[in-house]
Amino acid sequence: MTPAGWALMLISCGFVVCLTVYCYYKVLTTPRETERMHAPIDIDTHDKDT
Amino acid sequence: MAGNDNSRLPELRSNGSGENWGSRIGVILAVAGSAVGLGNFLRFPGQATLNGGGVFMIPYFISLLLLGIPICWIEWTIGRHGGSKGFNSAPGIFSVLWRHPFSKYFGALALIVPVGIYMYYVYVEAWCLAYAWDYFTGTMAQYPKEIAAYKEHFDTFVGKHDNGFLLRNGAGLQKSVVFLVIVFIINFIFIYRGLTRGIELFCKWAMPILILFGVVVLVRVLTLGTPDPARPEANINNALGFMWNPKTAPGESIWTPLTNTQVWLAAAGQIFFSLSVGFGIVLNYASYLRKDDDVILSGLTATSTNEFCEVCLAGLITIPAAFIFLGAASLTPEVLSSSFELGFKALPAVFARMPAGSFFGALWFFMLFAAAITSSLSMLQPAIAFLEEGFGMGRKLSVTCLGMITAVGGLLVVYFSKDLIALDVLDFWVGTVCIFLLATIQVILVGWVFGIERTKQEASRGAAIRIPGVFWFVIKYVSPLYLLIIFAGWCYQAVPRYIKNVVAMNADDRGTVLLMLTFVVVLLVFFGLLVNLAGRNWRAWGKLPVREPEEALPVAAGQSNTGGRQ
Repeated sequence: MTPAGWALMLISCGFVVCLTVYCYYKVLTTPRETERMHAPIDIDTHDKDT
Repeated sequence: MAGNDNSRLPELRSNGSGENWGSRIGVILAVAGSAVGLGNFLRFPGQATLNGGGVFMIPYFISLLLLGIPICWIEWTIGRHGGSKGFNSAPGIFSVLWRHPFSKYFGALALIVPVGIYMYYVYVEAWCLAYAWDYFTGTMAQYPKEIAAYKEHFDTFVGKHDNGFLLRNGAGLQKSVVFLVIVFIINFIFIYRGLTRGIELFCKWAMPILILFGVVVLVRVLTLGTPDPARPEANINNALGFMWNPKTAPGESIWTPLTNTQVWLAAAGQIFFSLSVGFGIVLNYASYLRKDDDVILSGLTATSTNEFCEVCLAGLITIPAAFIFLGAASLTPEVLSSSFELGFKALPAVFARMPAGSFFGALWFFMLFAAAITSSLSMLQPAIAFLEEGFGMGRKLSVTCLGMITAVGGLLVVYFSKDLIALDVLDFWVGTVCIFLLATIQVILVGWVFGIERTKQEASRGAAIRIPGVFWFVIKYVSPLYLLIIFAGWCYQAVPRYIKNVVAMNADDRGTVLLMLTFVVVLLVFFGLLVNLAGRNWRAWGKLPVREPEEALPVAAGQSNTGGRQ
């Protein structure tokens, strides 16, 4: 395996692993939006819809 | 409209059907499961090796940024938007995006694509399970170690010798058809169980198992060293180099492959098909999100999961293992460019020579089966959602109807098994041409009809991360252009070759092609009619405006429709 091959393989796999770890970290540590409490003023009752 | 109208309650809760994903990780794994399929493990490594080796990853990642991720975000966003307006199926979602009577017919494509692909994909899925079973029971260990033996086994197994081969009384009937029936039933059981108790539950187990099995096989391959001391050149270092070293002639720069248009087309095509964009599946899955659920981070996470399986697992397993045990001479362009050649003929010969090959073969093919079934399940749900919301069918009736429709297509694929011509016709016209068309229509509708500003507002609601501003420019201008260029390039390369192949066939085979083409046209007309009838129902139920589009447009521009089946 040539140095260029090693570099391309490690950069490609490294990029994908970092992206995946970042994404799952964010998913597992960010609360789901709809699980948060909403004040009544925030609730869309669709009363103005025709 | 009065705020106390009870018919509105389902819409206020979530979407048209009232079904929602149980958890964020559930929907991410379901979408990732849909994207991760046989193409990741069998197509990507061959494409990379043939198109420049490691240098292939440069156009590959550029395509991911310009095509894969933007279209993925678009599908998640408009899918959730459609769901918030009371629609889970693509015809309804497209009607919301573009208030024109014709728009729902574009959505018909998003039904035909997954249903049409399912008709042959489920058959390939059955092969994976049958191979895994044969490794598990030791049947595969009885074959000689040469590729030729596995070629003959595969050709007999899938009935390549003659049409109707599998349905005659003989040695071939039976196993592939029996496994097809088993896999077909498994798919419909999980679909019948519904979104959370069926698809989500299954994917939450299947995806981690798939990745675990993949990692086990990866560790085995990376620790092979030099298994045959008589062939010292067949070592893991050279094997990785066979896949990842830039493929250049002596004296050329390592970047030379980047000047080859074919390399760019192959990379963009791989990203496009690998992420399952343009299948109509993500639209449907995202429509079950709640109105304020995140789509940006979830979409990116599903994409990254797909990339992990493709680059980090398949990229380090498939070709290196084949190189070590079979040698470079066996990995011809014919083998590398065909998923079936590589997956069902070359790799079994690899496991036959690998220490504890039966165990690792079973793991590998069960992993392929898990990848395939999470994809095939996702292909059924869009049509189920359409039958339920377009005709008010219950789960049992919609599952039964879809079961019969897909069984007809599946039977055609099984009967016309000679040289897998029926499968190829469906793959070419439904699994390639229709996907390109649907993806292009989606991108243009979102960028130029629904509008970037509205898409931006819709996408940012509940978003856990922000989309960099440059991506909106990419979505509006670059992605459609890139898509059209790839489609044109693909047509330039593939269509003449396809026509030449059909012309060169004998009369019987041409008849099979014609029959399957007629079947595709019948599918198009059939789903077009169903969409037309569903549109009438939606107008009657008040889900779509009854007025003519010219009158409806100014009203519809800034207001939502009523939603909620009555």
